[in-house]
Amino acid sequence: MKSLVKEFTKGIIKENATFVLALGLCPTLAVSVSVVNGIGMGIAATFVLLGSSLIVSLIKDFIPSKIRIPCYIVIIATFVTIAELCLKAYSPALDRSLGIYVPLIVVNCMVLGRAEAFACKNNLISSFCDGLGMGVGFTLALILISAIREFLGSGQILGYTLFKGFEPVFVFGMPSGALLVIGLLLGFFNLLNNKKT
Amino acid sequence: MNLQELLTIFISAVFIYNVILSRFLGICSFIAISKETKPALAMSFAVMFVIVTSSAITWLVYRFLLLPFNLTYLRTISFILVIATFVQFVEMVIRKVSPQLYRAFGIYLPLITVNCAVLGVAVLNIDMFFANDKQVAGSFYYSVFQGVCVGLGYTLAMLLMSGIRERLELCNVPKAFKDFPLAFIIASILSLSFMGFSGFNF
Repeated sequence: MKSLVKEFTKGIIKENATFVLALGLCPTLAVSVSVVNGIGMGIAATFVLLGSSLIVSLIKDFIPSKIRIPCYIVIIATFVTIAELCLKAYSPALDRSLGIYVPLIVVNCMVLGRAEAFACKNNLISSFCDGLGMGVGFTLALILISAIREFLGSGQILGYTLFKGFEPVFVFGMPSGALLVIGLLLGFFNLLNNKKT
Repeated sequence: MNLQELLTIFISAVFIYNVILSRFLGICSFIAISKETKPALAMSFAVMFVIVTSSAITWLVYRFLLLPFNLTYLRTISFILVIATFVQFVEMVIRKVSPQLYRAFGIYLPLITVNCAVLGVAVLNIDMFFANDKQVAGSFYYSVFQGVCVGLGYTLAMLLMSGIRERLELCNVPKAFKDFPLAFIIASILSLSFMGFSGFNF
């Protein structure tokens, strides 16, 4: 039980996909304009990660090691298609604002990385915990980045204005603002790690 | 197909919506391989080649396989499979035909499969040049041309970035900001300068 909790929590802090491993940054940069987008992307990626981790850990003994990467990609692509169709059906507005970044979850290195590094070596339950932890960590990172960008870029969070008379900094809503925020946050987390050790 | 349309595609793919600096496709390879100019250029050419050919192949797959049989929901799966197979095939051919070329960019080829720019352009072509499941006139040529332009945009961004980072090697940077964080901040400033193109109108 204790090791399961460890598998879950390591994805949130110690091996956070975005800030520590720097994996899967393309969608993080692109969709973090508003918190709603961030949460939507986080949930979609978590769903794909969980599903693919489960299936990979179930059928790991049947996959020949030479063609394992294409097999993983097919499994991941199946879950991405499910997520894509669900988004289109239940929340067309979110689907439009996420745009091409939903099908691009397939090539998110975080998902393939977990399948290759963890799920193909571990049993069902620990793969589940690992996938959930990684997904939650990814979602939290997205929420943090998109909250900073939405607040500085438009003066709002989830559509609510926080301070009266705050002049939004337009550039944080633009692509260059995303790169700046990620760069500074990565530096900040490096600093914290350096202090600790 | 007219010249103005092609010019619009060129300007918007290379400058206004640059793959890396404004669409954020292929950020991983952009940050990882832009430390020196030579490998950065080799990577760019490999990416450009794969993008151009795969946008032609995925267009054919979509038009002649997925559309007639009403399988458009299989778009993501079929595209990524086609791209992965194609990259593997190119790697084998290059290895056989020219070992020298293989040494130059052989190690980057497997990485291209998971480069989001390739799949991104394929999906973008379908979104842009198919309206309501009907192809726009000349959409095949537009797709291939857009592939070329996106490749050029990728090369431009790689070249700028690797040039800057080569010079930064000699600078004294705070320890926490070495490598990744600094690369992102440079990319941010580059992207800011590319924002100046966004007022272009034809």
